[in-house]
Amino acid sequence: MDLGSSLALIVPEIILSLTALVLLLVVAWAGDKASCAVSILSCVALGACFFLVAPAVCAGASGPDTVAFGGQFRADAFAGLAKLMIFAASGAALIVAPAFFGRTGAMRAEYPVLVLLSTLGMSIMVSAGDLVSLYVGLELQSLAAYVLAAFLRDDTRSAEAGLKYFVLGALASGILLFGMSLTYGFTGTTTFSGIRAALDGGLSNGAMFGLIFVLAGLAFKISAVPFHMWTPDVYEGAPTPVTAFFATAPKVAAIVLLTRVAFEAFGTQIGAWQQIVIFTSLASIVVGALGAIGQSNIKRFLAYSSINNVGFILVGLATGTEAGASAMMVYLAIYVVMTVGSFVAVLMLKDENGEPIEAISQMAGLSRTRPALALCLAALMFSLAGLPPLFGFWGKLVVFWAAMEAGLVALATLAIVGSVISAYYYLKIVKIMYFDEPADTIRGKSDGAHWALLAISAILMSPLAYLLTGPLGELADRAAAALFLFA
Amino acid sequence: MGGFPILSLMLLVPLVGAITCLFAGDRAARSIALAATLINLALGVVLWLNFDIGGPQWQFTERAPIFAGFSWALGIDGIALMLILLSVFLMPICILASHSIDKRVGEYMSAFLLMEVLMVGVFAAQDLFLFYIFFEGVLIPMYLIIGIWGGQNRIYAAYKFFLYTLLGSVLMLIAMLWMVNEAGTTDIPTLMAYDFPAGAQTWLWLAFFASFAVKMPMWPVHTWLPDAHVQAPTAGSVILAGVLLKMGGYGFIRFSLPMFPEASVQLMWLVFALSMAAVVITSLIALVQHDMKKLIAYSSVAHMAIVTVGLFAFNVQGLEGAMIVMLSHGLVSGALFLCVGVIYDRLHTREIDRYGGLAINMPAYAVFFLLFTMASIGLPGTSGFVGEFLSLAGIYQVSSWVAAVSTTGIILGAAYMLYLYWRIAFGVQKNADAAAMPDLSAREWLMLGPIAAAVLWMGVYPESFLAPMRQDIQALDARLARAAPEGDARLVMGDPAPVTNEAHEGAH
Repeated sequence: MDLGSSLALIVPEIILSLTALVLLLVVAWAGDKASCAVSILSCVALGACFFLVAPAVCAGASGPDTVAFGGQFRADAFAGLAKLMIFAASGAALIVAPAFFGRTGAMRAEYPVLVLLSTLGMSIMVSAGDLVSLYVGLELQSLAAYVLAAFLRDDTRSAEAGLKYFVLGALASGILLFGMSLTYGFTGTTTFSGIRAALDGGLSNGAMFGLIFVLAGLAFKISAVPFHMWTPDVYEGAPTPVTAFFATAPKVAAIVLLTRVAFEAFGTQIGAWQQIVIFTSLASIVVGALGAIGQSNIKRFLAYSSINNVGFILVGLATGTEAGASAMMVYLAIYVVMTVGSFVAVLMLKDENGEPIEAISQMAGLSRTRPALALCLAALMFSLAGLPPLFGFWGKLVVFWAAMEAGLVALATLAIVGSVISAYYYLKIVKIMYFDEPADTIRGKSDGAHWALLAISAILMSPLAYLLTGPLGELADRAAAALFLFA
Repeated sequence: MGGFPILSLMLLVPLVGAITCLFAGDRAARSIALAATLINLALGVVLWLNFDIGGPQWQFTERAPIFAGFSWALGIDGIALMLILLSVFLMPICILASHSIDKRVGEYMSAFLLMEVLMVGVFAAQDLFLFYIFFEGVLIPMYLIIGIWGGQNRIYAAYKFFLYTLLGSVLMLIAMLWMVNEAGTTDIPTLMAYDFPAGAQTWLWLAFFASFAVKMPMWPVHTWLPDAHVQAPTAGSVILAGVLLKMGGYGFIRFSLPMFPEASVQLMWLVFALSMAAVVITSLIALVQHDMKKLIAYSSVAHMAIVTVGLFAFNVQGLEGAMIVMLSHGLVSGALFLCVGVIYDRLHTREIDRYGGLAINMPAYAVFFLLFTMASIGLPGTSGFVGEFLSLAGIYQVSSWVAAVSTTGIILGAAYMLYLYWRIAFGVQKNADAAAMPDLSAREWLMLGPIAAAVLWMGVYPESFLAPMRQDIQALDARLARAAPEGDARLVMGDPAPVTNEAHEGAH
């Protein structure tokens, strides 16, 4: 494959990097005054990339035509579907930011640029076909994310979140890198297809250690138990728009990356990682569910909720089948919408001076003071709990379905019992908003963009969305088929 | 009715009503809710009139494969028809009974209409996952109704109701997924004829049992019911007792029995043991209650045990009896909760001792209350008698012991209901405020009158209700025939009496 066609496959990434670089220059020249224009231009760039990627996803692109740079990069439908979610989630993080930072004058023009760079890193991650491109993408994403976590420089919590995220993230990167070097040492190659071929005969001890370290490093990135401890602190400390970003886009990227590594590079040794994934999945469900019960801060609460959801997504990975991969993509898409919606709702919780409110107790009686906001948030909570007729149920149903097809009855049963525990704490939020006497501190007004995002996500989680199950399922099936074509 | 999607329309009308109520003012919301439920009642009557008795098993079918993995498939047989009628009949009455609700009326009416959508959906769904979505979805509006408009201890009751039923339901979901993988279809009529391997049936049956037994509720997983009833507003109790409990019985008759006949026989002892325990224990508990709603809630558990006993008799009498008990209990317990609501609205207490001698100052009320008390006991001429007699006649063929123990429920039922009636309606008027209560208003007449008429109709001429179900129950009986237990009665056909001409001669 010549250079020209390789370059054609990475047009979205080229657009993203050029936009980021040009905008960085603009920022250096024009300063923070340009932050609004920079945000808009970044959104436009993300939108353009979204529509560039969409046709390949709809067509189910797969096969040798989607391989660029000798196997380093893959622009297949699987990566494409993940990119659509990532671009959409990044766009949402850009839209909600100005109102949040603008209040204290902390909206600096670097924010959109950093989000763009992080998005570029994620885009490379999900398309990686080689351990090296994997690492480059992951580090690009992480470095931008560390800065974003500490974006409110004057706020000690934000600085603490950034530092924590950086130290633990660097540790995880180190573990990952160590695993990669072991894998390279025992297989003699860094390409996924090469590793796959080398491991076809059997897994040597060294390669086994490589596999485990790679999985551990990636488990940190998706905040799966037992590598989840950083999540609540970072989610609480980081500025809320950044938290919304962390909970969605990088999570999609890391999960998709993990899936590709597991199925492609280590796809001939499913037995070796299946048990680990099953354990991580169940542990995440239980720890996520139990941890959330005692939380009094809504952002910490949502952090545990995301740990819990990662557990359910990993049920799909644990199946080790194409149906499982497809179910993961469906769940991820639903998860992104639910999470964006929940964080937008959190951003809309403000007192009369516009100060953000994060204490769950302050949400008491929200249904009487702000009925529309409470209704949307209640729908999202029921949806996160996976209760029909809300659409969140569909995500859970498809992963359990895949697990049953793969014969993992015990895993599905334990996971679904875990979902009852998690239902308890989602119900708690609904109870506080609907049953308790109003605290009446939440009075701040929100702008149209927030309302629009919240309404879109609430409608997408309403029973109406079952009409989308057909197209969504088809896209996910094609994406999974593209992944398994290489496998 | 041709291809007119009347079932979808019955789902759409309350749904539109529910959304409108959210945005309407208090008075408007009441009118919208009443109008929507009355339209649905009219549609239900149309459904009944157009139901072709003796026609195809599944009628009014609609099928639209608009979802991935499952489809929008609706259709009813006689059993579902009767339960849908029960739901749409009780709904307008519930709306009328909600007169005393004065806070957040729009949301309240919206929750009730949403509940109607889901209830009709449960009985009309012909697709496994569609059924599950409706079945489980009912939890959300009921959680809100108990939690927002309930009594003192409403939050505990709401959680308990929700988590108990959810835990039961998710196990059923796992079983459903297994079945769909095995049979390759989500179509309920196809699954009803599918023969699952006997070994797997036991597990599947237990998983479904976990859900339906909680919903029903069966002893010992009934404890959410008294709490939920006591804390729920009157209309919530009516729907809970009238329709939601029937979903458990409907689940047994639609899923457990036809889909897993062998397992049903194998685990029959479990159902019988729990039912017998329920009949005796909850009846005794009901006898010592001081709270009217709690008493009726415990009596519900006892009555639902008669339903399960009838269902697992594996013969036509038992199944017909169970269905009639369900319909009758839906009407009677609903009416009893309304009767409690009537006096609760006046005195704001559910404590039995605070009343007394109401027959003197509220004669019309006392007559209605007496009628429903008698129907609950199972007096001949009321609906309760027909159902209980058939159920017990059915079970007697299988096990005379179970029949004997279950029959004590009738006696104990008479004891606690008459004792309740005596304390409330007869005796001296010991409380001045209770003695000053006015008799039924026109609105209350409108609520209780139709139910009283239906109870008498079902008691005197049950054929109207049995006829649409007969064919379906016979089909179910035929499906169960291969597994049906022999029974301990060992009925032996005697020799026919010798034909003589004496009788004729005597007449001459």
